[in-house]
Amino acid sequence: MAVHGPEVYTYLFGNPSLPITETMVNYWIVMLFILFLCIFLTHGMKKIPKGKQVIAEKIVLMVDNLVDQNMGPNSRIYSPYIATLLMSSAFGSLVSLVALRSVTADLNTTLGWALITFVMITYTKIRYGGFKNYLKSFTEPIAVMLPLNIISECATPVSMSFRHFGNIAGGLVITTLLLSALGSLSTMLHIPIPLLQIGIPGVTSLYFDLFSGCIQAFIFSMLTMAYVGSAKE
Amino acid sequence: MDPNAFVAGLSALGAGLAMIGGLGPGIGQGYATGQACAAIGRQPESQSDVTRTMILGIALSESTGIYALIIALILLFANPFVGNF
Repeated sequence: MAVHGPEVYTYLFGNPSLPITETMVNYWIVMLFILFLCIFLTHGMKKIPKGKQVIAEKIVLMVDNLVDQNMGPNSRIYSPYIATLLMSSAFGSLVSLVALRSVTADLNTTLGWALITFVMITYTKIRYGGFKNYLKSFTEPIAVMLPLNIISECATPVSMSFRHFGNIAGGLVITTLLLSALGSLSTMLHIPIPLLQIGIPGVTSLYFDLFSGCIQAFIFSMLTMAYVGSAKE
Repeated sequence: MDPNAFVAGLSALGAGLAMIGGLGPGIGQGYATGQACAAIGRQPESQSDVTRTMILGIALSESTGIYALIIALILLFANPFVGNF
């Protein structure tokens, strides 16, 4: 059994360099879901929170506390971005629970997020230290370190995106291989229906989809906060 | 012998060898978790801080294993060498 990349549904304007892939369509679904979740949770807000408003306030407070703890005071301006990252990454991975392909099992998605974070890190460095100091930081501690510093600067988005992509895609591959192995095992044992495929992949899916998806979303936003927070100094 | 079959076989072998890279992060993560457990045992009130730092450190040390996994995946499913002969 082969594991495929995201399927290409159609091409925009018939142009082969503008494909509409499974990842994009699934991400649109995730975006719509998050949008309706936000509208639903914040509809008819009152002074004294009750019911669904408690959940919304809990999420906002959690992200605000995380940002305060990891990036220091006066950095609430970053919390909308962190919350967006957290939500789209978590739901993008959890979408595999309803039999769609994970949005984050595609390097394009995670590399896109990592590049946005990289731009944010560079912008924060230049804004807080000045452009001169930013260029100077490449030649520290000595000028010979210049190529190594450039490589380590470029390694940040690469390692962030590969970590997220590798975790989710690895889980996808392992789950698919396990499913096909259980299928051929039940054919070998002459069971007419693939009885072994029931239940057992659910246990691995619990780890690879639910736990890994949530923890990677947390780690990605945590690393973003750590990098941007350290760029302020 | 078909050269492509030879290349495919060696690539599968290489994918298996690449996954030896999973050894290092396994040892590192186990050690980090053990130390975190010891720290929580000494100071139970610092559990949330220790857990957060541990998860972040584990995720960072995991990247070497993930690189090995990506090389193995490329060799298995998107092999750049097969079809060149």
